[in-house]
Amino acid sequence: MAQVAHDAVTDADLRPFEVAEEPLYHPKTFIGKYIWSQDAKIIAIQYGITAIGIGLVALVLSILMRLQLGFPESFALIDPANYLQFVTMHGMIMVIYLLTALFLGGFGNYLIPLMCGARDMVFPYVNMISYWVYLAAVLILVASFFVPGGPTGAGWTLYPPQAVIGGTPGTGAGIILMLISLCVFIIGFTMGGLNYVVTVLQARTRGMTLMRMPLTVWGIFMATVLALLAFPALFVSCIMMILDRLIGTSFFMPAMIAEGAQTAYDGGSPILFQHLFWFFGHPEVYIVALPAFGIVSDVLATHARKNIFGYRMMVWAIVAIGALSFIVWAHHMYVSGMNPYFGFFFATTTLIIAVPTAIKVYNWVLTLWRGNIQLTVPMLFAIGFIFTFINGGLTGLFLGNVTVDLPLSDTYFVVAHFHMVMAVSPVLVVFGAIYHWYPKITGRMFDETLGKIHFWITFLGTYAIYYPMHYLGFEGVPRRYYAYGETAFMSESAQDLNVAISVAAIVVALAQVIFIYNVIKSLFSGEKAGHNPWNATTLEWQTPHTPPRHGNFDEDQLPSVYRWAYDYGVPGAEQDFIPQNVPSEEMAAARAQGEARAQGETKTDG
Amino acid sequence: MAFAVALIILIVGSVLFHILSPWYLTPLASNWGLIDFTIDVTFWVTGIVFVAVNGFMAYCVIKFRYNKEKRSEYEPENPKLEFWLTAITAVGVAAMLAPGLIVWAEFVTVPEDADEIEAIGQQWHWSYRLPGDDGKFGNVDAKRITDDNPFGMDPDDPHGQDDRLIESNVVHLPIGRDVKINLRSKDVLHNFTVAQFRVKMDLVPGLVSYLWLKPTKVGEFEVLCEELCGIGHFAMRGKVVVDEAADYEAWYAAQPTYADILARPQGDPVAGQAQYAVCVACHGPEGKGMQIMNSPKIAGQEDWYLRRQLNYYKAGVRGAHPQDTFGQQMAPMVMTLVNEQAMEDVIAYIGTLPDEPAEVTITGDAERGEDIWVTCGACHGYDAEGIKALNAPRMAGMTDWYLARQLENFKADIRGRHADDLYGWQMAEMARILKYDGAVNDVVAYINTLGETQVADASAQAGAAYPGAEE
Amino acid sequence: MTATLVFLALLMGAVVWWLVRQTINVKPWVASAPSGAQEGVGFPAPPKVALGVLLAVITSLFALFVSAYSIRMELSDWRPLPEPDLLWVNTAILFAGSLGLQWAWRGAAREQWLAIRWGLVVGGGCALAFMAGQFMAWQGLAASGYLVASNPANSFFYVLTGLHVLHLLGGLVALARTAGHAWAGALAKTRLGVELCAVYWHFLFVVWLILFGLMLST
Repeated sequence: MAQVAHDAVTDADLRPFEVAEEPLYHPKTFIGKYIWSQDAKIIAIQYGITAIGIGLVALVLSILMRLQLGFPESFALIDPANYLQFVTMHGMIMVIYLLTALFLGGFGNYLIPLMCGARDMVFPYVNMISYWVYLAAVLILVASFFVPGGPTGAGWTLYPPQAVIGGTPGTGAGIILMLISLCVFIIGFTMGGLNYVVTVLQARTRGMTLMRMPLTVWGIFMATVLALLAFPALFVSCIMMILDRLIGTSFFMPAMIAEGAQTAYDGGSPILFQHLFWFFGHPEVYIVALPAFGIVSDVLATHARKNIFGYRMMVWAIVAIGALSFIVWAHHMYVSGMNPYFGFFFATTTLIIAVPTAIKVYNWVLTLWRGNIQLTVPMLFAIGFIFTFINGGLTGLFLGNVTVDLPLSDTYFVVAHFHMVMAVSPVLVVFGAIYHWYPKITGRMFDETLGKIHFWITFLGTYAIYYPMHYLGFEGVPRRYYAYGETAFMSESAQDLNVAISVAAIVVALAQVIFIYNVIKSLFSGEKAGHNPWNATTLEWQTPHTPPRHGNFDEDQLPSVYRWAYDYGVPGAEQDFIPQNVPSEEMAAARAQGEARAQGETKTDG
Repeated sequence: MAFAVALIILIVGSVLFHILSPWYLTPLASNWGLIDFTIDVTFWVTGIVFVAVNGFMAYCVIKFRYNKEKRSEYEPENPKLEFWLTAITAVGVAAMLAPGLIVWAEFVTVPEDADEIEAIGQQWHWSYRLPGDDGKFGNVDAKRITDDNPFGMDPDDPHGQDDRLIESNVVHLPIGRDVKINLRSKDVLHNFTVAQFRVKMDLVPGLVSYLWLKPTKVGEFEVLCEELCGIGHFAMRGKVVVDEAADYEAWYAAQPTYADILARPQGDPVAGQAQYAVCVACHGPEGKGMQIMNSPKIAGQEDWYLRRQLNYYKAGVRGAHPQDTFGQQMAPMVMTLVNEQAMEDVIAYIGTLPDEPAEVTITGDAERGEDIWVTCGACHGYDAEGIKALNAPRMAGMTDWYLARQLENFKADIRGRHADDLYGWQMAEMARILKYDGAVNDVVAYINTLGETQVADASAQAGAAYPGAEE
Repeated sequence: MTATLVFLALLMGAVVWWLVRQTINVKPWVASAPSGAQEGVGFPAPPKVALGVLLAVITSLFALFVSAYSIRMELSDWRPLPEPDLLWVNTAILFAGSLGLQWAWRGAAREQWLAIRWGLVVGGGCALAFMAGQFMAWQGLAASGYLVASNPANSFFYVLTGLHVLHLLGGLVALARTAGHAWAGALAKTRLGVELCAVYWHFLFVVWLILFGLMLST
């Protein structure tokens, strides 16, 4: 007996605990429970609300931009300086303060411990600090709206020299606050990121091997690894730019004139900044995309009642995309004036990264194939994501291919592409995910009709905004223009298209009110959801309480995992799904037998 | 079902939109047809994938819709299928990448016998330099750039003496000749784009970037800046005129060399006083202007601006629009300045006139005007002192009713739209930001509050706004 | 970007290699009973892993600075600055601090409280002395006209040394906590803290050697 047990448990399987596990932190007051909370689920909701709140600000900014572009003569409020500030803050907020924070801080915090079968993050206190530092970063960002000169208008890429010298709005306190806010964000993120990585590596429950982790966890894990390694590049460039701006160093600033006068700057390299920025900026795309990939895989499998197709390929594709994402950055710089010979290398690596990405798309579609598809609201968003993502991914092949990028770079084609692939696609996943996990987070179902209306307007509306926009780009319409005025090569109908796009954008933005109303209304009047309304397999649906309490699982014992996360439609099974913590019949029988024998042994012993 | 139908409609609609769209690549005007070819290849590959994958997905949504009685098929993976999909994808990617890299190789290799020109970007104008008859550019250095040496030329470099300096947004190119365009920026990043040429490249201060092309169509093509460069980014336009060889030669011969510019006549205020006799009747003996005669104050206006406007009147660029009644009165007066010397003399004389702030006649909401001025100040200086480098004249202390009238003229396309008005086009675009009724008066009212500021102090302040600025 | 790419290639290579080894021969769809007590195959304690991840992040940060340094260095206006001799002394002091913590670490393994406490004092004291030394080096340079903004070589010198000192400062906070445990006599916590501090100190010493070497050689 002892021999057998020894064989089964190899050394590698046992985690040596050198330090005793500290007991969970148990808050007693309301503030301790909901404000200074160390529970990852509460922190997740704090992250989520903050991110969506600041995201709404960015949404309003985008509508102001569309008003100007659609109706350039009508809104006296919007002048060229404001317009550029809207462009900049919209982009920065959406990419960093909304999407990065929401996917990693929000979904990461909520789902990693639950899906891995852990009671909480490994370092709950650091996790709490991470949120408050993030909040500080958001507040610093918001403060820049209220300083003299307003927020920076240098574009979300913050390219020097224009981010720093005259002629650009917000080169006073605006740009400094922006850079400080980013640095603070990165520090806060690093705290959170350490938690996510270590929790995934070390706090998985019995049986939750790496290859049994739901793809959501894989996506968030890899995205966190990327973020931890890539954000330092942004940090470095922010610090150097703050010094250029404040004490007159010349890291990025060459000799030049500003407002008609010579400056004291000399010899710096604006291209150096671009390299650093995109060294962060490209992985950033995948920091947003990989969690979305993961989440959508789980939503698809659950609602198609089918195992995810080619799980192993999906995992390796996530890892491959993550690793490759560090050697493609300069495809943002084909026309930046850098050494043009770099173009060969970066075009090749960029198109190579299309292969694992395509595999993911095939596998999602093949998951639907021979499935048993329930078109629930989360599922609608998930399939909507695939459609949008295919479109956005394919246009990426235009821009990644260095030659094709020449005419399209800096036009509306780029704007349309990255909104399709990096804005609409992840946001559809965010909505799908919120609808999917809403019953678990709140214990109640959302209103399905409202959810469907929200889906249709958002999905069709965003497609109506961004698909035609590509064609403005083909025509050569440049981006970041306040107005087009009399432009010889642009057709007059281009302005009609701009009007149509603006109208669609306003409709989509208004439709988000339905979503917010639904989320709030269902909190009070939604049907009770039960523990597992979707009949899903992953561990977060198997908690003894819904919403899960502090500690997540049964107080005495964490769940044991016997199977992967995708046992849907298993032949011969009683139901069309088997949760991860359910042993097979043989295993259950063997276990019962073992227990009986053990009991018998104790009895005879006694 | 409705969802699958919607997906199919989207697929078909997208394809139809592509076929029927009136918005597509502008007609090609350069040798870069290969770029269009690569785009076509990419379109075919991606289009097929788009239709195939999305179509298959729509099919699945219909075919495998939920049925309580059914189970999905349990198939964890299918290595063979996955292998083939990967292989086909790799082939498709290679089919797009190969032409891409081949064309790029052509783009980075400039033909050896290509002509060279230089396009220079600054906030928010273009200027150009040709190497001159010796075919060699003289040395330039950003550190040497001043109002009097806008190109940063080295006066001691013999190669620079014959460089043709084109202080204008317009440049000409001969048709059918390879040309390498070197790109240089005086201040921030810009981007040189002509949509019809297909190629583009950023201008980066501190280094010289380039692109090359061969124009294949005669005509005028718009140059756009496509790298965000500040408030005036959207109004930073230039023009490339592609000429037949003979027309090009004529244009080329008319461009001044650096030596010509150095040798320009100096104005003599004493001689200018005699010339000014014609002006006195309307602008007054001290150049203060008279509203009754519809003539603005000219004392204190910068010489380069006076020179440009006088030349415009002379050439029929200003005062030619039928609705520009008062400009039409000015145009014949300028004809009394028979040559360049006469014009320089009178400008020099005007420079000696006492500069007192003009009378305030316009009322408006100066606070609202101040908000608008955020944009205007980017070129005209935040104290309205005027910045020569940005081709923006002084406004503080100048005649307010005249400013208001000109703004209205710019808004109504009465001023600034003449093809040879190099910088008026930009102002006409900018005047569009005065969107509400009364915006003109508000901004002029704000300019009136700036009158007392000493011009010299103001420029020092503007320069010291960031630490890199020299004291 | 070579330095960064080499570092990331090694790191990513290790990550990918490890992941592939963990995943290559697994058939995830096969159900089986869990074998061990907990997943997290053969890892040291979470705080140590967290420190490892943090060190990777900090390495990435400094590697990027080194990359920026080497790109900026190639431009024409670079004038190397004379590194003060004091830096050699500082290097020695930092090394002594590292040794001190190594001593404490060894002491912790054998439960020798004297060694632990003295090791911590030496480590912390040397770190403080190093920071004071760096500050003196700054003052010396500033006094002889090598200001932050006067040349990019100077700018990088101040930024790199400053950032390094900031990291050391963060380490001192952890060291102070560990010292608290050590004087309170909490063995498990002290052991862990001493080990983490020692590794961090060694790491910062190596980072300093690389930075110092880079600045000396250019």
